[in-house]
Amino acid sequence: MSQKIKAAIIGPGNIGTDLLMKALRSDVIEPVWMVGVVPDSPGLARAKELGLKTTAEGVDGMLPQMKADGVQICFDATSAYVHEENSRKVNAEGAVMIDLTPAAIGPFCVPPVNLAQAVEQQAMNVNMVTCGGQATIPLVAAVSRVQPVSYGEIVATVSSKSAGPGTRKNIDEFTRTTALGIEKVGGAEKGKAIIIINPAEPPLIMRDTVHCLTVDEPDQEAITKSIHDMIAEVQKYVPGYTLKNGPVFDGKRVSIYMEVEGLGDFLPKYAGNLDIMTAAGLRTAEMYAEEILAGNFVPKAS
Amino acid sequence: MDLKGKKITVHDMCLRDGMHPKQHQITVDEMVTVAKAMDEAGIPMIEVTHGDGLGGASVNYGFPANSDEEYLTAVCGAVKQTKVSALLLPGIGTVDHLKMAVDCGISCIRVATHCTEADVSEQHITMAAKYDKLDTVGFLMMAHMIEPEALVEQLKLMEGYGANCVYITDSAGYMLPDDVTARVALAREKLDPATEIGFHGHHNMGMGIANSLAAVEAGASRIDGSLAGLGAGAGNTPLEVFLAVCDRMGVETGVDLFKAMDVAEDLILPMMDHMVRVDRDSLTLGWAGVYSSFLLFAKRSAAKYNLSSRDILVELGRRGTVGGQEDMIEDLALDMARQRDAEKA
Repeated sequence: MSQKIKAAIIGPGNIGTDLLMKALRSDVIEPVWMVGVVPDSPGLARAKELGLKTTAEGVDGMLPQMKADGVQICFDATSAYVHEENSRKVNAEGAVMIDLTPAAIGPFCVPPVNLAQAVEQQAMNVNMVTCGGQATIPLVAAVSRVQPVSYGEIVATVSSKSAGPGTRKNIDEFTRTTALGIEKVGGAEKGKAIIIINPAEPPLIMRDTVHCLTVDEPDQEAITKSIHDMIAEVQKYVPGYTLKNGPVFDGKRVSIYMEVEGLGDFLPKYAGNLDIMTAAGLRTAEMYAEEILAGNFVPKAS
Repeated sequence: MDLKGKKITVHDMCLRDGMHPKQHQITVDEMVTVAKAMDEAGIPMIEVTHGDGLGGASVNYGFPANSDEEYLTAVCGAVKQTKVSALLLPGIGTVDHLKMAVDCGISCIRVATHCTEADVSEQHITMAAKYDKLDTVGFLMMAHMIEPEALVEQLKLMEGYGANCVYITDSAGYMLPDDVTARVALAREKLDPATEIGFHGHHNMGMGIANSLAAVEAGASRIDGSLAGLGAGAGNTPLEVFLAVCDRMGVETGVDLFKAMDVAEDLILPMMDHMVRVDRDSLTLGWAGVYSSFLLFAKRSAAKYNLSSRDILVELGRRGTVGGQEDMIEDLALDMARQRDAEKA
């Protein structure tokens, strides 16, 4: 059996549980801890059944044992409000923090665009932007790597059932963080993000529209190829990442219409928005794990 | 119907909903001229924003001639009695836009969500309610899509966050008077008596006036309309017509009817790029229950891909699209064009 890097998941909700399902299949990650705050939470019970250590005392419940248990990577699937504190604590124990909340205290990471860079920098905290960001920033980058993009705009449409209470309470966090990611990682000079929640039944599969305005006339052939290449990269970890229409070229506007279907591990397939977050988070962890296993990176307590 | 002696507040939509048929190209000068004339006519409230609310400037909805900040600063500085509102759709605009609009001098903020998604407005309504004397309104769009009981639950959420007025919004112009009566009456029964209820209509089925009267009868005290009907789809409830009807029925609005008629005829009508009226496409919006601002997007995609705009609109209705999904229209048109070409081949 190949060697694996041990990991902890903080937050046994829908995202944390879906992440656990995916991590159990990983060749390089071994989930060993599930951390919650509600003793009778079904997520903790599920993790326990699957052989993980669990605690309902929050991160503090794991801290005394995490070093001995060899935990080198943690995922935070809780909320932006508690993330900073969680991150500080696990970093102090020498574990890398992969942040699935919108807290964004570490650098943004969108795997096919800048994961290699983040790992190279050996950042002890990386942030996964937002679900809409994971689904669209690769495509903004696909255009901006061909030629300068003055403006990138994305519209993410998600089903009501896949928009959790955290997203709903702080929807501004989504629009702000995604817009910033479009600029910082996508490479657009100015970013704009819009989110629409649709209650249709049966729930609609996550849809994403990406509009880029290029500075000069778009090189249609090169952009089209770059987009197809990028989609193939994302499909490596989200097989249901599908180009529905486009790219449509209209003057300097390039529009791309996507659908994101999830794997349906724990979350339903329509919730591609959540699936792409957990898949991107795991993809990031795996890349870190490979570097650790290869001896290129030793996470240090900070 | 006996409405004699009822007092209502009318709210004009020309400079916000009217931005849709103008493709958001109304100039600051036009806004100031219209706002002053409406002030002069005694219209108590007017709304000024990008058609899709604060932060609506985008490829998806259209870039406006000027920024919300420029429009609001100019209009708030030009009116004397009339109160200016701004619209905010969480998911498009943020609390940063809300703060900006307050700094520009608005008296009222209207926070709008789809009728089933009121909880995304908590952040914005809570903040708005903290401002001293900011009239804070919750605005539930596409209200025809759910039953009165479910709608009232959502209105209660907004009331609970701190809205002093909640709106039942017929964004698709789909409702018939009985639909309005059922929703407004139940809301009036279940909400705090101190919470005002409003109705925002679209004239796609020609029901703007009738629906607004039904709303007043069932307990609504605020009615949206727009002079000459300048608004999305077949326009909003034509306000000068509604005012004339109110006058005949003894409903008190405080507006000078003839002055309002003059603003409609002399200022708003000449601004129109096309006649905003019930035609084949806008009627389809109402009949199929489709968000009114999809109208011009469907027309453009139909022309570009050689399709019927009515077919596009009917399909958008069938798919249960909601406000803001303008990006769906070109996507759908491409699918329909591909299917047509495949059938031909």
